[in-house]
Amino acid sequence: MRLQVNHRTSYRFDPPKRGVAQSLRLWPSLFDGQKILDWNVDIEGAVRGASFRDGAGDLIETATFLGSVENVVVEVSGTVETTDLSGVLRGHSEKVPPLAYVRRGPFTHASPAIRDLAEAAVKDAGSPIAEAHALATAVGEAIAYVPGETDERTTAAEALEAGRGVCQDHAHALVAAAISLEIPARYVTGYLHAVGAIAEASHAWAELYVRDLGWVGFDASNRVCPDERYIRLGSGFDAIDAAPIRGVSQGSGAEALSVDVTIIDAGQQ
Amino acid sequence: MLKKPNYFNEMGSGNAIRPPYEGLGAWAAEMPEEFRNTKQSEAEALFRRIGITFAVYGEGGDPDRLIPFDMFPRIFAAQEWRKLERGVKQRAKALNAFLMDVYGRGEIVKAGIIPGRLVYQNEAYEKAVVGIKPPRGVYSHIVGIDLVRTGPDEFFVLEDNCRTPSGVSYMLENREIMMRMFPQLFRENRIAPVESYPAQLRRTLASVAPAKCDGEPTVAILTPGHFNSAYYEHSFLADMMGVALVEGQDLFVKGDFCYMRTTEGPKKVDVIYRRIDDAYIDPLCFRPESMLGVPGLMNVYRSGGVAIASAPGAGVADDKAIYTFVPEMIRFYLGEEPILNNVPTWQCGKKDELKYVLENLGELVVKEVHGSGGYGMLVGPRSTKEQIEVFRLKIEDNPGNYIAQPTLALSTCPTFVEEGIAPRHVDLRPYCLVGENIELVPGGLTRVALTDGSLVVNSSQGGGVKDTWVLAE
Amino acid sequence: MTLLARHAENLFWIGRLVERAETVARLFEVGSRNALIPNTAGGFRNEWESVLRASGSAGTFKAKYGDDIRERNVESFLFFDSDNPSSVASCIEHARENARIVRTSLTSQTWDALNNANQEMRELKRTERSKLSMSDLIDWTLRTAALIRGTIEDTQLRIDGYDFLNIGTYLERADSTARLLDVKYFVLLPQVDFVGTELDNYQWRTILRALSAHRAFSWAYGGEVTAAKIADFLILNRKAPRSLITCAEEACWHLDRLARAYGQTTEAQTQARLLVANMSEITVDDIFEEGLHEFLSRSIDEIAALAAVISGVYLSGEAR
Repeated sequence: MRLQVNHRTSYRFDPPKRGVAQSLRLWPSLFDGQKILDWNVDIEGAVRGASFRDGAGDLIETATFLGSVENVVVEVSGTVETTDLSGVLRGHSEKVPPLAYVRRGPFTHASPAIRDLAEAAVKDAGSPIAEAHALATAVGEAIAYVPGETDERTTAAEALEAGRGVCQDHAHALVAAAISLEIPARYVTGYLHAVGAIAEASHAWAELYVRDLGWVGFDASNRVCPDERYIRLGSGFDAIDAAPIRGVSQGSGAEALSVDVTIIDAGQQ
Repeated sequence: MLKKPNYFNEMGSGNAIRPPYEGLGAWAAEMPEEFRNTKQSEAEALFRRIGITFAVYGEGGDPDRLIPFDMFPRIFAAQEWRKLERGVKQRAKALNAFLMDVYGRGEIVKAGIIPGRLVYQNEAYEKAVVGIKPPRGVYSHIVGIDLVRTGPDEFFVLEDNCRTPSGVSYMLENREIMMRMFPQLFRENRIAPVESYPAQLRRTLASVAPAKCDGEPTVAILTPGHFNSAYYEHSFLADMMGVALVEGQDLFVKGDFCYMRTTEGPKKVDVIYRRIDDAYIDPLCFRPESMLGVPGLMNVYRSGGVAIASAPGAGVADDKAIYTFVPEMIRFYLGEEPILNNVPTWQCGKKDELKYVLENLGELVVKEVHGSGGYGMLVGPRSTKEQIEVFRLKIEDNPGNYIAQPTLALSTCPTFVEEGIAPRHVDLRPYCLVGENIELVPGGLTRVALTDGSLVVNSSQGGGVKDTWVLAE
Repeated sequence: MTLLARHAENLFWIGRLVERAETVARLFEVGSRNALIPNTAGGFRNEWESVLRASGSAGTFKAKYGDDIRERNVESFLFFDSDNPSSVASCIEHARENARIVRTSLTSQTWDALNNANQEMRELKRTERSKLSMSDLIDWTLRTAALIRGTIEDTQLRIDGYDFLNIGTYLERADSTARLLDVKYFVLLPQVDFVGTELDNYQWRTILRALSAHRAFSWAYGGEVTAAKIADFLILNRKAPRSLITCAEEACWHLDRLARAYGQTTEAQTQARLLVANMSEITVDDIFEEGLHEFLSRSIDEIAALAAVISGVYLSGEAR
């Protein structure tokens, strides 16, 4: 599929900040399922630099604003040719050992309920890949997709208890469930061409490390493995660690954020 | 009933004075009490005046508290030191090889020598630095090795400190004060100087400047601030090295580099000797709420714009669970036999070892895997039945969190006490520098348990410090 | 060696705070001397209020004590109160804290002087008030400030840090002289017809005394004390060590040293020279034509503006 992305994130600071620093993870991953045709990240007024590919294979760049900052607008646009690999992250170059993901974090701490859910789910699964699918299905069933009930601070345990959440909560819960069984798992961010699918165009899912296959994506919100409608950007322990834009600013004052994403199938035009 | 082991007295006893202490027997014995008291209060006044008031080893506590200084020096003969020096350097080298490996190809794990879960699932393992090749392949530039002695030729490593070992200002100030108070001792004994440490530290730091730095590297010490209990040490080292002492707010990231705010505008910083914990270095990479760090610093580090000493993630090498494997590391990376021994250690996380530990709690020292500063620790022979039972429950609740070691018969060194001179237990922390070269100044920090019979040298629990002498050849 | 902007700010504030402690003590002296004179001003107990207003802390005082302006309250407020950022105790304590941060930029003598001042102040705070005499407290403060400045002058390296210490001192001193002079305005505010009376004369002399300048004044001017002579002495006379113009010239001189050391002249030097030039050209008549209070208020604003420019240029560390 040829997916064309326009992703605009704008921040308004009132009163203005005395400085803003951002770490960007906004470039599509390099693996067999994605081919970047063109890709641009524009941020007016920012000093950019300190760019590198991290151990997990993500391209990272730094943007800073010095002095008084009222507005920050991050514009991402580009086209990616995608292929359905049934969620398998084939041909992705990375160095982080999968075991490094098996640790409890603030969002992915396994509550007894998460542990119970995980153990019940894999009871009858016969293989590692079957276990992974069972976990994803169990999480998707246990947490209904209901926007507005949770926020960016909601943990996996809280989302499961509420039984409601959005893609971030599904991803956290799936990571937490897998880790409780010592299965390496991580949080993944990207885009979804959302025709007939739930969740917003800016999307998140989880990847589990499956023996013999490597990292495999599972979107518990849509109960599928990422296919050609997905664009993968990067990964991390949780939503904060994997955030496409992670920023801090100096100075007090309110921050108004607006995000606008459109994904179209450029191949159909 | 507490068994009274036969402790090794470093000075010897009776007429059998061991050679390194020969010059001191008469000095101490003939010192009139009044003179001694005068000197003791003089030392205290000097310490207070220079403001060296902090808790070593991050023990916390009152920042204006003085650590008791004992005037009786602890002495090593040249050949004793030579062995220690080789052993410490060997260890520092192996620990760095280990760090380079586990953040790279992980050969030692693949070879089945250390279980991957102990390394990669370790809290101190930083995913963020995987694949980074710091200049000269060094992750831990200042390695503090905590040593104890049990006999003329028996030294054991208690633990390694690969992050930011503190206390080196005591090594330097203790010497300074001894030289000021007892100059004749320094004329009569040939004592190797330690004062080159700050210059060596600076040279070490400059030698690991990133490739992008052309010209003389700018070095800075990053401190959490003047409320930190070790602020004195930070400012002391900055002063002695002639480098800037910065807080997070003094630094900022712009483009590929990190700059400090000076009266002449921004100035690029090439090497940061940080004295803040990994979690606080950069809110964009680690703890988002940290106010102490520098937003974007890790990205500059990871893209080669600045060096950080010690590197974030270095802590995985000094974890107590990894400690057990250091002798294996030495064999694996260096192809050498370890010169310094580990203390035999039981991992409570292993079923059979846990069983042994629980059956022998009364004889063992049990420590938390991630603890430090002598807290969360059980010294079996010195604990009541009740304390042991309370600790037993804690271990059973989370065995993986504990390791146990035999209670070591720590050597003693003569110490001035109220009744005169008496043996007291000591340990030693030398500071090894790793950069272009591996260097060790002849000396270190000797901590002494001032309470009779106590084996706990931590300053928060009645410990003091001594000047540490290495006699020249 | 490079001086961190934040450390330069610490040094600047050490200079200011030591000077401010001294000013508060001097103001207190003005208040207590004025209070000794029978209150002929129709029942106004305004000597202390004028002191509080001149010290810029009338609001803080009112919040704590309401309208109960008694000498005892003012004394503990101005000397010991840690809620009052301008109290002598607060100034000394903060100066010492600033010094601790920049220990490595100070000589051991300067550190000792600041550290000891803080220790002694802690002792004074613990002492029963009835055992402390006001004049002893004033003397202690002046002596301590002089000792600190003396060690700075005698022992500090003549590098940029030394200049920032001094710039702080002289800006604060200029501000303080202007405020002390302005006390007169507040005291006499409702009774313009007192000008030239014995009381008027007495109050002027008190101000000179508080500035340790009554003998210097007599030496320089002799005879009657008049408002015009005093204004000339404390504003325009280059021989007077605390006059506005002396302070401005000293600050300017240290700023010029910075410009030479850094190889760059900035807005700060321009502003400082302008301040000196303006004061060089005006006469006492000009000042009284404008109104002494108006002139002093304007000067206080100009000094504050210069401090703000210095802060922006040197103490923020922002890209220039």
